[in-house]
Amino acid sequence: MPTIGVNKADFYKALGREYTKQEFEELCFDFGIELDEDTSESKRPIIDGVEEAPQLKIEIPANRYDMLCFEGIAMNLNIFLGREAMPNFTLKPPSDGQLQTVTVSKDTERIRPYFSCAILRNIKFTKARYESFIALQDKLHHNLARQRTLVAIGTHDLDTIEGPFTYEALPPEEIQFAPLNQTKAMNGKQMMDFYEKDKHLSRYLPIIRDSPVYPIIYDKHRTVLSMPPIINGNHSKITLATRNVLIDITATDKTKLELTNHILVSMFSRYCAEPFTIEPVQIISDHNGQTRQTPDLTPRPTQASTTYINSICGLSESRESLCTSLARMCYHAHPSLTDSDILEVDIPITRADVLHQADIMEDAAVAYGFNSLPRHLPRTTAFTAAALPLNKLADIIRLESAMAGWAEVMPLILCSHDENYAWLNQPVPFSTNQKPVRLQNPKTAEYQIVRTSLLPGLLKTIRENKRHAVPMKIFEVGDVVFQDKGRERRSRNERHFGACWYGRGSGFEQVHGLMDRVMGMLRVGFISREEGLGEEEEEEEGAKGLKGGKGGKGEGKAGKEGLGYWIEEVDDPTYLPAHAAAIYLRLPSSSSSSSSSQPPPPPQRIGTFGILHPTVLKRFELPFPTSVLEMNVEVFL
Amino acid sequence: MKEWVHADAVPVPLHTNGGQRDLTEEILEAVDQHEHVPTAEVFPATPQDKIKAALDRLASRQMVEYETHDKEQVLLTAEGQAIADEGSHEYKVWDAVRKAGRLSLKDQSLANASAKLGQGNAFKLKWIKKDGDALVSLTDSVSDTTREQLQYAQEHRAFQDPKLLKDYSKRKLVTTQKVITYVARKGPRWAKEMPVEVTDLTAEMIADGSWKTANFKPYNFKAKGTLGGEGVGGGTGALHPLNKVREEFRKIFFNMGFEEMPTARFVDSGFWNFDALYVPQQHPARDLQDTFYVSDPPEAGPPGSDESVDTILAEMDVDDDQDESDHPPSDPAIRAKDTTAKLDYQAYYDNVRAVHQDGKFGSIGYRYPYTDAETRRLVLRTHTTAISAYVLHRLSANPRPCRYFSIDRVFRNETVDATHLAEFHQIEGVIADYNLTLGGLQAFLKRFFRNIGVPDLKFKPAYNPYTEPSMEVFAWHEGLNKIVEIGNSGMFRPEMLLAMGLPEDLRVYGFGLSLERPTMIKYGISNIRELLGHKVDLGFIESNPAVRLDRE
Repeated sequence: MPTIGVNKADFYKALGREYTKQEFEELCFDFGIELDEDTSESKRPIIDGVEEAPQLKIEIPANRYDMLCFEGIAMNLNIFLGREAMPNFTLKPPSDGQLQTVTVSKDTERIRPYFSCAILRNIKFTKARYESFIALQDKLHHNLARQRTLVAIGTHDLDTIEGPFTYEALPPEEIQFAPLNQTKAMNGKQMMDFYEKDKHLSRYLPIIRDSPVYPIIYDKHRTVLSMPPIINGNHSKITLATRNVLIDITATDKTKLELTNHILVSMFSRYCAEPFTIEPVQIISDHNGQTRQTPDLTPRPTQASTTYINSICGLSESRESLCTSLARMCYHAHPSLTDSDILEVDIPITRADVLHQADIMEDAAVAYGFNSLPRHLPRTTAFTAAALPLNKLADIIRLESAMAGWAEVMPLILCSHDENYAWLNQPVPFSTNQKPVRLQNPKTAEYQIVRTSLLPGLLKTIRENKRHAVPMKIFEVGDVVFQDKGRERRSRNERHFGACWYGRGSGFEQVHGLMDRVMGMLRVGFISREEGLGEEEEEEEGAKGLKGGKGGKGEGKAGKEGLGYWIEEVDDPTYLPAHAAAIYLRLPSSSSSSSSSQPPPPPQRIGTFGILHPTVLKRFELPFPTSVLEMNVEVFL
Repeated sequence: MKEWVHADAVPVPLHTNGGQRDLTEEILEAVDQHEHVPTAEVFPATPQDKIKAALDRLASRQMVEYETHDKEQVLLTAEGQAIADEGSHEYKVWDAVRKAGRLSLKDQSLANASAKLGQGNAFKLKWIKKDGDALVSLTDSVSDTTREQLQYAQEHRAFQDPKLLKDYSKRKLVTTQKVITYVARKGPRWAKEMPVEVTDLTAEMIADGSWKTANFKPYNFKAKGTLGGEGVGGGTGALHPLNKVREEFRKIFFNMGFEEMPTARFVDSGFWNFDALYVPQQHPARDLQDTFYVSDPPEAGPPGSDESVDTILAEMDVDDDQDESDHPPSDPAIRAKDTTAKLDYQAYYDNVRAVHQDGKFGSIGYRYPYTDAETRRLVLRTHTTAISAYVLHRLSANPRPCRYFSIDRVFRNETVDATHLAEFHQIEGVIADYNLTLGGLQAFLKRFFRNIGVPDLKFKPAYNPYTEPSMEVFAWHEGLNKIVEIGNSGMFRPEMLLAMGLPEDLRVYGFGLSLERPTMIKYGISNIRELLGHKVDLGFIESNPAVRLDRE
């Protein structure tokens, strides 16, 4: 959200009275802006040996381009307070009727096709107004114009140049002029080099640098006005003494082009000898059908339904009363003569944020006062709550782990590539559906990928808690992400359960015990490998069952069918050799009918646990032995 | 200070001291023979803390009781000790003069500071006088009072005349020290022998009845109990504080009839994360500065149904099952397919494009060239509202009032500092119903926040691309002494809902807040990294109390 600093004394003068901080905060609150800071309460920067005058820093909504400067905020608040009416902006052609013209060449289509223009006659700048005019252009360039990519503004002292003007696109070598605040002329290419190191301008250079043609604006004598979106010419620079201002606007976006023009002229035409008048300019752009006079100041006529507004606001205001409310929000509205529900609403050129009658409705609510609206929640239906099955499952595992004496942690989901692979001695997976999701634009190397394992986060948590007494027993139930080319988002989350034991002994049995406990609580029976693979021989079955009963194995029906798990030694580079086990799960037959001859689904490997390899410990800076467990729990859904 | 101590001191285990005569036994012996036993005098060589421990052992069994006295003791400084041993400065000067008969003023023995002091005092006492450039004695014998008084103090640890203490302290010849001494005597359960004690009740004692006569060791009611396990927390497990707060919020949602949305989907497309929510393609939120984009995989597929999500929703959504008879509910996967069949994703996509680019549904639109490539860009979701959009679009297959919520991780490409992390949790609620009003949303939010102990709310008009009206929710913060923003809310824009095919009179509230912020406010945590991520202190997780938002 943009924050605009305004001179406090001048601003209260513009509002016609002094405000206490609390009063002003309340005014802002009701209108929907926010006083971020009153610098009269703090130390202010020294500029040219003088401490800056106290400022109000006001945060405005991101879509209110008509409040990006002192003039706009003051105007909107004064209208809201009923101290002013919305100005009526009018076009005033020169007395001889001869408009300035700008001819747009077809070549501009190759780089920046749209052009708009306006003239402010007999404007009177003061230092404050001049600075506000410059600051507004900066804010527009930054916000609406997306760093000048969409729109760029140039302002010129019209008395130093002479129309007709042309907007062209030429090879950079053919462009030659002295840029703003420079005396030496240079060509387009040289200018790219010249501004390469410029803190402010360098970021705009890529917009045109590699284009075969650069946009350029000339007057009748081939004097350069500007080379948008980079820089103006020095020749036509505006100063405090400038009386007639020509504004050029170039764009790749037609809507934002005219919007920018509207904002500039509506904010600063108030300082013209005849306030709120703007001299139009004839744009000749036949090749793309954009020949027209700019700016067009006609408010946009639209309609809003009284029923709609009242219904959402919970009010029963008359049409007249709504019109009065809307006038405080810059609209000109009157009841329709032909439809008893409709308001005819003129949307001023300043209110580009209004897209739908919903926006008008909201403004009616703001004028009425959000906090004065009747607060009534209609009850139409009884709603049935429901918890997500995946979260219910995760909660079982979380609670069982905590009850077993383990502490829950919540590490980050983003991590570095090495933490997720190399540090765990794991190769980067080859199969697409096992690959990690990689980030394009992280600010630090800490966030390169979305984790595919819970282990890096668990181990980093231990690393950061080395002062804590040992043993440390921690766990997490959280999501990892893999690429998945079969899905719309080309990726899938997978919920994992991970745990880590860190202490003077290895803790191997402890993570094993936690795994057993969680399996038991999920009614997953402990079975033998042979049972899991369905390999046992007929005659052994009875003996097995008996043995299982004695040893607590194969609880209930798990021995023969139903969910069951077994573990077996596995070679995994993350773990100390011969001290890692893979966890296998036998899923029950999917068919409910017992007579079905459908073969049961093949067993799945759902996870691994074991003692971490000492090289892994070294990379995570862990001096003590550590055992970990990680498994996919979505199979239990 | 003086107090009677009974059985309230720390119990000390009984041990026989390896056959040596035990201090407790010696005390018992002394108390048996004398009515009052001043321990400092009876056991002058034993340190006071040992005596105290032995007395407590006896007093806790009421065999002995004792009085505590604390008094000031006088101790000689090094200089005071020298005087007590060798005589005062004036004595030494007089003695030297007497021995010499005449002592030159320039004599070496008069050169040091203490000799000068002694010389002055000896003049005042009229022990010596000046005779030319030498000193002569005026008397044959002197009484060195200073030395005598210091010797008395050394012996008795006090001055004969207490008024002297101030003078001698000032002269830095003595200091004082507080000492505690005890006077012991027989207690209500006097016995000359230490009884045999048992520390705890055992199964054997219950079985053989010996508990009736057993002498139980007193329990220390002032110390803390133990959980008995290993580790600092006594081997107890713990849930993460943030998840405890999350659970409270989930309960509030469930109590208010909300269904939990399937949000296990960190990666989403530009379409669902932004376009579907009517966030224009040039909106600053879509900048590389704010959003994590995905480089691999390169792009999303076209928007369509997500079978896994649809099936879960069908399973949870009782209203989807129209069959009110006793038959078991139909297979959710089949119901999910029925729902999906009613949804035309291509038409939805075209609507979204039109309402952005050209305007539709009563909106003039943003009027910019809409690019398909932007919709395909993969992002780490910046909000869970991407899922809400999917769920709301699905609702258009069977539009009806409903309530959904989620609490899950979201990602922002923030520069990390004390209040910002690249990851945090968003709490989000969505309510769809006919003819909802803005005041109704306020009434709902008041009820919602009352459940977490926030009574008074104020609502500020705000801007959000996908809600109109939009309201920021403010509440009074006691610590900061001002109102602070605690959440965001609004009614979803018609451009978003009508493009989905929802009926015009079905309005939808949306509201959200972060899980971390209220948690940080509640627990006075100023750095978010102490709450989420691997830098969290395990001790904090283990000791964090239960969360009772409505009671705190």
